[in-house]
Amino acid sequence: MTDALVPRIPLGTWIEAFVTWVRTTFKPLFDVVKDVLGAVYDGLDTVLATPPFWVVAILLAVLALLAKGWKLALGSLVGFVVIAGVDQWGAAMDTLALVLVASCIALAVAVPLGVWAARDDRVSRAVRPVLDLMQTMPAFVYLIPVVLIFLTGPVPGIIATIVFALPPGVRFTELGIRQVDAEVVEAGQAFGATPARILRQVQLPLAMPTIMAGVNQVIMLSLSMVVMAGLVGAGGLGQQVLGALGRIDIALGFEAGLSVVVLAMYLDRVTSALADRAPVARALAAARS
Amino acid sequence: MTAPSTTAPAAGATTGAAAGGPTPGTAEAAPRPALSVRDVYKVFGPRPEEAVRRLRDGATRDEIKHLGTAAVIGATFDVAPGEIFVVMGLSGSGKSTLIRMLNGLWKPTAGEVLLHGADLATADAKHMRELRRRNVSMVFQHFALLPHRTVLDNAAYPLEIQGVPKAERREKARTALELVGLGGWEDSLPSQLSGGMRQRVGLARALAADTDVLLMDEAFSALDPLIRREMQEQLLELQQTLGKTIVFITHDLNEAMYLGDRIAVMRDGRTVQIGTAEQILSDPANDYVAQFVADVDRTRVLTASSVMVRPAAVVPGTGGPRQASRTMRDAQVSAAYVVDRQRRLQGHVRDEDAVAALRDGKETLDGLVRDDLTAVSPDTPLAEIFAPAAESPLPVPVTDAEGRLVGVVPRVTLLTAMVPPEQHADDGAAPAPAEGGAR
Repeated sequence: MTDALVPRIPLGTWIEAFVTWVRTTFKPLFDVVKDVLGAVYDGLDTVLATPPFWVVAILLAVLALLAKGWKLALGSLVGFVVIAGVDQWGAAMDTLALVLVASCIALAVAVPLGVWAARDDRVSRAVRPVLDLMQTMPAFVYLIPVVLIFLTGPVPGIIATIVFALPPGVRFTELGIRQVDAEVVEAGQAFGATPARILRQVQLPLAMPTIMAGVNQVIMLSLSMVVMAGLVGAGGLGQQVLGALGRIDIALGFEAGLSVVVLAMYLDRVTSALADRAPVARALAAARS
Repeated sequence: MTAPSTTAPAAGATTGAAAGGPTPGTAEAAPRPALSVRDVYKVFGPRPEEAVRRLRDGATRDEIKHLGTAAVIGATFDVAPGEIFVVMGLSGSGKSTLIRMLNGLWKPTAGEVLLHGADLATADAKHMRELRRRNVSMVFQHFALLPHRTVLDNAAYPLEIQGVPKAERREKARTALELVGLGGWEDSLPSQLSGGMRQRVGLARALAADTDVLLMDEAFSALDPLIRREMQEQLLELQQTLGKTIVFITHDLNEAMYLGDRIAVMRDGRTVQIGTAEQILSDPANDYVAQFVADVDRTRVLTASSVMVRPAAVVPGTGGPRQASRTMRDAQVSAAYVVDRQRRLQGHVRDEDAVAALRDGKETLDGLVRDDLTAVSPDTPLAEIFAPAAESPLPVPVTDAEGRLVGVVPRVTLLTAMVPPEQHADDGAAPAPAEGGAR
């Protein structure tokens, strides 16, 4: 229909050729990435999945106790018992390892990038469309080249999760830094502080509640990618859900899904509690009481 | 020429605290301004340099709008060491931009800002930080405290930046907090304090930095009126002992008049008048300033010295009743002030007493001099002269520190001084009959 008006643009072919070129040219680099990510994932997964279920469950509950209080610790413990009870503990630990690795890498990139974007408008303008693309491009689309480059297994799952989960980390960090009271930053300057000191002692502490909200979002989005990760053979709860989908196994689907929810609630509550423990958040809470 | 003077004062200022004497000594010999602003422009926008060129050629602020927003236009003034210099203007007048150029937070588009002779416009980032640490500190409108640090650590922050060891900076911060009346609050968080107390922390922080120049940006504007007054009084009290060079920004004319040794009135980026409170009140440079000062409480700004007149009849204490009555008759008044050889005020003598003494053949004024008059000093604000003026029908005598009679304030002068200058023309006839009536 449109061929008379608009010539066929071979955009897809170009991208394909580009991906092939990237794959062959940077193969050594990708191999290193794959080995490192794979090793980190395996290490964390071994730590989480090898000990008996109750040891890990109690340790995670203690973490909740330290972060928030006994109610959260008790609730978490009940949730973990349910996961173990429906026989999803091993898969849940695989997923937890993947989410933690992906979130940590995403944050390691996102927070510095957010700081840079907050300090330089040009960086901010350049980064924003890229973040939009990462968040809205259907995951399947970049899954294809990722699988081509890294084949199947947890590593492509981690990469896809990082791509999807990274944007809120950048956005919240930039927003947090930009929202810091300009007068307080000026005060630092007026007393002769260096830019690095102002970042460390003024901007980051004051932006911390917002940055922690970003951390929370990154972890939540990582969890939402478990099924997608299962699709490329990352294992874990995602694989269980996909298996249930293939066999129309309502029972397994529900059990695996519930396990995802329990993990999500645990991670959300604990990171929120950590956000409330930021010095600035505590100072403001002290004023209200 | 600037090179040697750039290094000398910086060294003088840093060692000044230890050496004690030299800095004030040289200041007395050649009173060089602590801060000097020379034809400074600040234009925000696409083509600031051209905007400045056009402004210098006489273009108005509106005519160069397409080139940028002119925040400060040709500001020129000196601030003497130990002076409180107030920059007053409404929002958008450029005063906040101006004060931020005094410590280099913003670079002037054109012109020079000399801090003890060092030009802030050309200083590099490192030199600028050094100047800020050693020479100039700032108090902010909304306090700008670090919410997650205690009051003590906030006050110690400039010293932390200067690299002062922890124990020493805490000690200095504690002293500064006590100076502003916040002793005992060291371990509180800023959010637990009231607005006035928070600004005291801001002030303590600036004092702890131990710089000779203090910039105060609308420092008391966010406070309740009563607290504001209290803070103003405290600042003046502190200033008596500290003798800092203070540049104070405000939109409140009463505040400007109360605090300022001199006041610069800004409007639309230009300084329209620089002078003492009394000069601005009694001789406004233009209609804008006149209108601005119209609703000022003049009785708190104007002092006895600005309204006092020569006493109509003064007689020496050694003179007799004959001389006294003649003086009073010539001046057509019913009483005369009696002074001694050094012109020190002894009291006053009334016409009926002088005449009675004359009739009785007395040769001296002994027993005739009444000393029930309350004298005021030349610096007494008019508000405090009303009471003495009401007690006696005679003009209130003004005496200097040695008790010498330097002038008098007649009641009518007191009342006329309260009327803003532009209204004098309308009812210029009013003072004359009132003057006659008082006699």
